[in-house]
Amino acid sequence: MKTLKKVFSYMKHYLPLLILSLVLAAITVILTLYFPILTGQAIDLIIGKGSVDFTGIFEIAKKALRVVILTAIAQWFMNICNNRMTYHIVRDIRKDAFDKIEKLPLSYVDSHSHGDLVSRVIADVDAFAEGLLMGFTQLFSGVATIIGTLLFMLSIDVKITLVVVLITPLSLFVASFIAKKTFSMFHLQSQTRGEQTALIEEIIGNQKVVQAFTHEDEALEQFEEINERLRKYSLRAIFFSSLTNPSTRFVNSIVYAAVGIVGAFTAIAGGISVGQLSSFLSYANQYTKPFNEISGVITELQNALACAGRIFELIEEEAEIPDAKDAVELGEAQGRIQAENVAFSYVPEQKLIENFNLQVSPGQRVAIVGPTGCGKTTLINLLMRFYDVNSGAIMVEGEDIRNITRESLRKNYGMVLQETWLKSGTIRENIVMGKPDATDDEVIAAAKAAHAHSFIKRLPNGYDTVIGEDGGSLSQGQKQLLCITRVMLCLPPMLILDEATSSIDTRTEMRIQKAFAAMMKGRTSFIVAHRLSTIREADVILVMNEGKIVEQGNHKELLELNGFYANLYNSQFAK
Amino acid sequence: MKKLLIYLKDYKKETVIAPLFKLLEASFELIVPLVMAAIIDYGIASEDSSYIMKMCLVLVLLAVVGLTCSITAQYFAAKAAVGFSAKLRNALFKHIESLSFTELDTIGNSTLITRMTSDVNQVQSGVNMVLRLFLRSPFIVFGAMIMAFTVDVKAALIFVITIPLLSIVVFGVMLISIPRFKQVQAALDKVLGKTRENLAGARVIRAFNRQEQENLEFKESNNLLMNLQLLVGKISALTNPATYIIINAATLAVIWVAGEEVFQGSISQGDVVALVNYMSQILVELVKLANLIVLVTKSIACGNRIQEVFEVSPSMDKDISGKVEEIYGLDGTNSIEFNHVSVKYEGAAEESLSDVTFTAKKGQTIGIIGGTGSGKSTLVHLIPRFYDAFSGTVKINGKDVKEYPLTQLREKVGIVMQKAVLFKGTIAENLRWGNEDATEDQLWAALETAQAKDVVEKKEGMLSYKIEQGGRNLSGGQKQRLTIARALVKDPDILILDDSASALDFATDARLRKALKELPGDKTVFIVSQRTSSIQHADQIIVLDDGAVAGIGTHDTLLENCDVYREIYESQFKAEEKGGR
Repeated sequence: MKTLKKVFSYMKHYLPLLILSLVLAAITVILTLYFPILTGQAIDLIIGKGSVDFTGIFEIAKKALRVVILTAIAQWFMNICNNRMTYHIVRDIRKDAFDKIEKLPLSYVDSHSHGDLVSRVIADVDAFAEGLLMGFTQLFSGVATIIGTLLFMLSIDVKITLVVVLITPLSLFVASFIAKKTFSMFHLQSQTRGEQTALIEEIIGNQKVVQAFTHEDEALEQFEEINERLRKYSLRAIFFSSLTNPSTRFVNSIVYAAVGIVGAFTAIAGGISVGQLSSFLSYANQYTKPFNEISGVITELQNALACAGRIFELIEEEAEIPDAKDAVELGEAQGRIQAENVAFSYVPEQKLIENFNLQVSPGQRVAIVGPTGCGKTTLINLLMRFYDVNSGAIMVEGEDIRNITRESLRKNYGMVLQETWLKSGTIRENIVMGKPDATDDEVIAAAKAAHAHSFIKRLPNGYDTVIGEDGGSLSQGQKQLLCITRVMLCLPPMLILDEATSSIDTRTEMRIQKAFAAMMKGRTSFIVAHRLSTIREADVILVMNEGKIVEQGNHKELLELNGFYANLYNSQFAK
Repeated sequence: MKKLLIYLKDYKKETVIAPLFKLLEASFELIVPLVMAAIIDYGIASEDSSYIMKMCLVLVLLAVVGLTCSITAQYFAAKAAVGFSAKLRNALFKHIESLSFTELDTIGNSTLITRMTSDVNQVQSGVNMVLRLFLRSPFIVFGAMIMAFTVDVKAALIFVITIPLLSIVVFGVMLISIPRFKQVQAALDKVLGKTRENLAGARVIRAFNRQEQENLEFKESNNLLMNLQLLVGKISALTNPATYIIINAATLAVIWVAGEEVFQGSISQGDVVALVNYMSQILVELVKLANLIVLVTKSIACGNRIQEVFEVSPSMDKDISGKVEEIYGLDGTNSIEFNHVSVKYEGAAEESLSDVTFTAKKGQTIGIIGGTGSGKSTLVHLIPRFYDAFSGTVKINGKDVKEYPLTQLREKVGIVMQKAVLFKGTIAENLRWGNEDATEDQLWAALETAQAKDVVEKKEGMLSYKIEQGGRNLSGGQKQRLTIARALVKDPDILILDDSASALDFATDARLRKALKELPGDKTVFIVSQRTSSIQHADQIIVLDDGAVAGIGTHDTLLENCDVYREIYESQFKAEEKGGR
């Protein structure tokens, strides 16, 4: 019900269209139903040999033709109204969803499957649109047809109408009976299908391992077993569900026969004319059809509402806490950073960082060291305020970063992460992200500094080469170079570098090291360090393990401590 | 798509019976208006109530027979369609398993998976609907026309004009809108891409304060999509009103012409009603037919996608007959020999490996080092013949690997791949991939060598601990050690570790190498790594740079005369040596 309300709030903007569509639907239905009456009247004018009232027929035909054309026009306009409304609503919903994605706290983005979120924005919205469109076009006109037919039939003859009204619900009953019976079979089918898909994903997705272990025959055997089960269940599900149509058609035939018999006797008794009987027969057909359709529409609408629910869930997700009202703009920072009694955890039950203190003076280098997965990104998350601390404070230039606008804070950081991310667009567009008004010379200078210029030059269109989603055809190393160029171009006063240059060949890597070194001169930098030389030369080393900062100090101090760092150092870097 | 139909072969009976019974049902349906006409002409005209009762009984009888026919048809159609898709899936699965790595690389896993699942389902429902409706709808359309001829020739001529006219409208709109639907699909793909991109790049976008810009770009794609949808909507919205006008105008024409015929006494009033009824039957069936055609075009497209997979033939013979020679362990000298080997991947512009020559002796440990993309994995993948050399030869025991039966060859080689992959099932089941008959003791021994004993011991149920799909419930390092153990259970003569200790810390890595060294049976071991520490004690180190050999030798000789090796080594160790160790 709540979802329905939200759907209506989107519809509100298109209220004139909605009303117009409803009016047109009503017109269409009335005119459509009026037509059989006209043909019936015409047939009544054809009595037998030598007694046909041609002028009368001509008059009726003229009228009928006008009715038909009017109906067609009304129908077309109604369809257009429905389309407009549906696709506009869909656009609005997608826009709101995307807006929300840009504003969601990163904790949400990190903890939710991207595939699922994408499928909400795309597949769910599509399913919703389909259901909505079908609802507009079929539900209302279906109901109107039922009511209209009923009225028209009543106006011709009450008795025959009663026959139709009494027998028709039978088809609904039959349809719902079959639906109930087949539900469990469909459930079994989709369960088995899920099992099969899982196996396919495993075996086909990892075909190389399967072949390396010559495991093909065993896998095939397993697959055949599931496949045979699926065949059995599918046959049952498909067959039983396909009974719906013949069965409801059977009920319709019975209605038709009943109308024929009652109608014929009424006609003999002089209650109705043959033309009226013919109108009745076509009504009997039209009256039952919407019942079948409506039951379909209702399941479709239920599905659409379920999809709408999922997408609204995303749209209503709480956005990032907005910047404080009195938040200050951070100008060009010097690079003084402090952390005071910082505590942070992703989930309340699992404490991660506690009582963390740090003093970084302008120009200092901070190396972050630890085994893979030790939580180095957590620190970056806090510094750039992707996440907020639970207690304590992180300060830049003595100002709590929660009192600084996010935009100005982030402008002061340059970030190169291990996971390279590029958007689809030209190489240049990717480079100038942090400085949209950069000149060509600046771009080339930055690319040269990052050793990216030579490979970009060799691309088909140089800096205007369009790359696909996530870098497309570029190698991992080239992508990393582009990300470095991006930071080289704007050179903010504080740097965050993930020293993961693993995807770059050794010699380029060494040149990049030099570029990094040049970049870091005079800038406060945080480096996720893998290289011994970087670590030794750092002013402060933060040693992390299992998400916690376990030790802090310079190389010498930490070795003397003879703790985790010393251990790590000896096992990793000593021979 | 056509070639796929051979999988219907076993369901010949069903594929004939299903449409046949549908036709029977349709024929009975076509008789209904005639019966009604008889009721009007004789029953009502002569006020013969017993005749009316009889005719209505006939109507009910027709309905019952129609229902029976239709149910029969549905059953056989479902049986044929489901049986067909099951066979198709099986054949497809088998075919994919027969493909070699080169083909798997070019096609890509994700599309293989969608083809096996959603595409096959789409084809199944296509076959089902075709069997049910494809004959029925045209039959009713033309049947209604023919029945009209039996009633009155002049009135029937209107049918002859109406049917082509209707077909032009219905199919014309379809022809115009189908390419536009493709445009809509492309626009939707763009919206999808944008959404995915913004989720994946949330950090970077925020770091560079790009949210506004991204919103603008999304708005643009989103509006484009909407406009395309509206355009297509406008075109396809024409179908219903247009057919409505044609059918009803035709109905009026039929009444007019039939009126003249009645006036001349050649037909009766009841016949007029029958003619009008036939007209409306045509309308209903044409709409069904149009929907069916949309479904069938989709199914054919999916069928073609499946067909494409079948058309990819494996580039390697799995088991060559005739010259089969078994490998009984490695012999003492020159057990593995690379002779001017070059590799070029399908579609690649440059060679991934060029002119590699070396010899590995039985029991030796060979280290392979170089940056990412330097061809390390490519080199070791040639040994179990995952790929074939583009030029040059790879020999085992002096014989080209191409001359061994593939399954035999691969049983002798244990490879641990870069990406640690485990399958749904217990730990024991996973380990036994290498050797189905391995005893528990053998499993534990392999686990111990792979430094994974403590991992398994800590798990509930130990060897019978259930691994979830994709090994989700294990950490990266745990998975890696288990995949090493899996390869060891095979007890292979040649063991290849393809950068498979990357998630292990250095101490564990060192223990692992030591344990491998102590294994019985003089295994030849290849260790691929980016770390010099992992390979520096190897008997032979091959240094690769951009696909070419930059040097071969021991640690000490390479330090002396191989620049690339020295650079790598120094970047990892220099500072420390300066530190005076």
